[in-house]
Amino acid sequence: MSKLLEVKDLKVSFNTYNGEVQAVRGVSFDLNKGETLAIVGESGSGKSVTSTTLMGLLPKPHGFVKSGQILFEGEDLVKKSAKEMQEIRGNDIAMVFQDPMSSLNPTMKVGNQIMEGLIKHQNMNRADAKKKATELLELVGIPQPDVRMNQFPHQFSGGMRQRVVIAIALACNPKLLIADEPTTALDVTIQAQILELMKKVQEETNSALIFITHDLGVVANVADRVAVMYAGKVVEVGTVDDIFYNPKHPYTWGLLGSMPTLDSTDEELYAIPGSPPDLLNPPKGDAFAPRNKFALEIDTVMEPPMFKVSDTHYAATWLLHEDAPKIEPPESVKRRMQGFSKMEGEQ
Amino acid sequence: MFRYILRRLFYMLITLFIIATVTFFLMKMLPGSPLSAEDKLSEEQKAIVLEKYGLNDPVPIQYLRYLGGLVKGDLGVSFAFDNTPVTKILMDRMGPSLQLGFQALLIGSFLGIILGLIAAVFRNGAIDYTSTIFAVLGSSIPNFVFAGLLQYVFAVQLNWFPVALWGGFEYSILPTIALMIFPMATAARFIRTEMVEVLNSNFILTARAKGISETGVVFRHGLRNGLIPLITVLGPMAVSMITGSMVIEQIFAIPGIGEQFVTSVTLNDYPTIMGTTLLFAFLFVVIILIIDLLYGLIDPRIRVSGGNN
Repeated sequence: MSKLLEVKDLKVSFNTYNGEVQAVRGVSFDLNKGETLAIVGESGSGKSVTSTTLMGLLPKPHGFVKSGQILFEGEDLVKKSAKEMQEIRGNDIAMVFQDPMSSLNPTMKVGNQIMEGLIKHQNMNRADAKKKATELLELVGIPQPDVRMNQFPHQFSGGMRQRVVIAIALACNPKLLIADEPTTALDVTIQAQILELMKKVQEETNSALIFITHDLGVVANVADRVAVMYAGKVVEVGTVDDIFYNPKHPYTWGLLGSMPTLDSTDEELYAIPGSPPDLLNPPKGDAFAPRNKFALEIDTVMEPPMFKVSDTHYAATWLLHEDAPKIEPPESVKRRMQGFSKMEGEQ
Repeated sequence: MFRYILRRLFYMLITLFIIATVTFFLMKMLPGSPLSAEDKLSEEQKAIVLEKYGLNDPVPIQYLRYLGGLVKGDLGVSFAFDNTPVTKILMDRMGPSLQLGFQALLIGSFLGIILGLIAAVFRNGAIDYTSTIFAVLGSSIPNFVFAGLLQYVFAVQLNWFPVALWGGFEYSILPTIALMIFPMATAARFIRTEMVEVLNSNFILTARAKGISETGVVFRHGLRNGLIPLITVLGPMAVSMITGSMVIEQIFAIPGIGEQFVTSVTLNDYPTIMGTTLLFAFLFVVIILIIDLLYGLIDPRIRVSGGNN
């Protein structure tokens, strides 16, 4: 498989009145054609900033790429001009946003909102664009697409609006689709439908997908690989199996342990104590150390590098160093890991 | 839609009726009579005149008589202007006032929208601060100050435009500018505030994510949404045209309704005061109706039932 996207040591900062906030502090990952990568992490871990940067939509002038590369089909997006990015956005790379209630223009007909991208990127005339937009509405499962084309967003429910947002993103057959928590703002029943839809359209269009979420249940459902982000860095990356059955980073343990499952009975949920670090003054050493009960002395002094666990699995924790004491995940997390493999076996 | 407009027209009639009633009785409570200024008339002569115009009758009788005329479209005759019918006075005088008002409102809000838009797009820059200062000055300095300034600079010193009076289009330029400062400043302020918010909203991000050019984003997606609150202040702005024109017409000696109104109030010319007030009220309710219809045109969410969706 060939690489569609390679992000190399990306650093993104925001200038604020208080100083420079280092939202993304050296993120690297790659993505193959047609592959789904989930980026997970809690609020403020830099996952949304990473995706906004990929789209070239950082709020100017205070947000900026400090260093690093974003190689999309071998070309560095960081070096592209605003005009060149306009050609790529919506055409090669498209995005589905979190809140469908506010992501559509309330004063423009839904059809026109889908047609815009087609007219801009595919040089379609209005009639062709209209035909294609109607097909797209059909593809994303909106009944009576001809009628719906001429309606305004307020005539759609939240789930239906998210389908429209997905149709807009899919309009030009993007090679890369970025979905930033596309189901977070929706009802649970609708969430499942939207996830199914995203899986279906991804199979049909064969686009690569970056799925940003803090919901590990969703990750297991859609992703091929997972990158766990904490305080602006990727702390663990691996296949879904690596992350769910063999997590190595204590933060990933915490994420897995804090997820309720059906057979978590008497045991309490494993909560990660404290709150994420202030990225205005990032801590020395491992950013997760103050919240980590397995932290070693070296964690407060030196940042751990990425240790290789297997060809697909890497984690940034000193626990993987050959001199580190052998520490097992907490019992509750272990049981959960076994639970996942049991669930998998039953399916 | 049609039924909605009919219903609104009915309410408009009620509004006008109430305004006519209130104005009539307020006017009667004013001290003095139409003949207060006529020193040369003897008491007998005054009595004859009062009798002739029915001003000796009890006020309720006068009121009913006035309403009767109103229904037939008769606003009475002026006491002060050689018995001219009030409708004729208003007709003759309406032209300059309407021209002035519309010019000022249209040009003022158009320039204001552009100014506010530029300020919002380049927010927190030099252009933004300049336009904010201008907007604050424009909405806080009364228009007669501008009027005097304009007359002095452009008419007296530079001699580009006539100082006063009413003739061709060039006579309307200075008063229009003086009158449009307020709507322009108001529009600039509102559009600036609203556009800053709109340009930060999620659907603008969606539009940018489609790869649309920045101009397309601002004009096609931003402006229409940013215009909605401006429509709300169009009403007060239209009122300021009416009240503003009273002052501006005096200063520029323009034979408009505003100037007429001020004169007739000082002369206690009851029928003309009533007629002018009713005309202003009529214009105002029509403007409000137009504004409500505009809302639906710009924002599909508040389109009235029975509309085209």
